[in-house]
Amino acid sequence: MESHDSCVEINSAADIVEARRKGRELAAQIGFDGSDLTVIAAAISEIARNIVDHARRGRVFFSSATHGNRRGICIVAKDEGPGIKDVARAMQYGYSTRKGLGVGLPGAKWLMDDFEIDTKIGVGTVVTMKKWLR
Amino acid sequence: MHVPVLKQGGYLIASVQSVLSDADLLQLRDDLADRVGQFRSRGVIIDVTVLDVIDSFATRTLRTVAHMLKLRGAETVIVGIQPDVAFAMVQLGLTLEGVGTALDLEEGLAYLNLLSKKSAGHGKS
Ligand SMILES: Nc1ncnc2c1ncn2[C@@H]1O[C@H](COP(=O)(O)OP(=O)(O)OP(=O)(O)O)[C@@H](O)[C@H]1O
Ligand SMILES: [Mg+2]
Repeated sequence: MESHDSCVEINSAADIVEARRKGRELAAQIGFDGSDLTVIAAAISEIARNIVDHARRGRVFFSSATHGNRRGICIVAKDEGPGIKDVARAMQYGYSTRKGLGVGLPGAKWLMDDFEIDTKIGVGTVVTMKKWLR
Repeated sequence: MHVPVLKQGGYLIASVQSVLSDADLLQLRDDLADRVGQFRSRGVIIDVTVLDVIDSFATRTLRTVAHMLKLRGAETVIVGIQPDVAFAMVQLGLTLEGVGTALDLEEGLAYLNLLSKKSAGHGKS
């Protein structure tokens, strides 16, 4: 069972801070602590920033997730931006279509346990990532 | 939130007080570039103890700040990166290459003193 507990609208860089705060709050409620909270906040920061940088606006949804007897957090970032032409390349460390460091997507993937990108040119991008309690 | 910048001797100390937005970070960059010129500072300490996350944007900005200040004649040292924050940075593959780092304010001051002694010694020989 998964429920969308909360959502943060991303319209500008200032909203990234709020997305991080919301995510951290829910993660703590679910039972994450210490470095996991920071790791989750860092991943949220990167995907929320990608919305601002590459799609201008979108939303980040937060929910708790269960899989068998595992519990965790699910974060979904949705936008109706230009989409990603070459996902495999976008996932490469150091690949950026502007002069970024190109660490956002691969970094967020490393930080989280599950990471999926669903994107379509001209339609938008959905990034779904999960982290499970240990 | 605005980051206060204090002058201490030949150094500037910027203590980040709360979570920073991108705009705050860029403001800090511009403030420091101005102040270094105004006070002819040789070193700058940026205290990030309270930061909950240092992501790719923050890393990029801190690196830019340090390189900019270097061109203005000042060394930068970042102090107070928390263990969890450092852990997440490593996992993200983020590095503060070319930027001085130290454990805390005291270590940061010691680091700058050492650098200025070295460069003074270099000047004499
Ligand atoms: N939501 C998105 N919509 C459209 N394109 C995206 C989106 N997210 C990422 N991309 C594309 O994927 C590339 C890689 O993203 P990634 O976050 O890894 O690097 P970056 O954003 O360019 O730089 P950095 O995150 O290091 O500042 C981007 O340059 C961009 O072309
Ligand atoms: Mg990015």
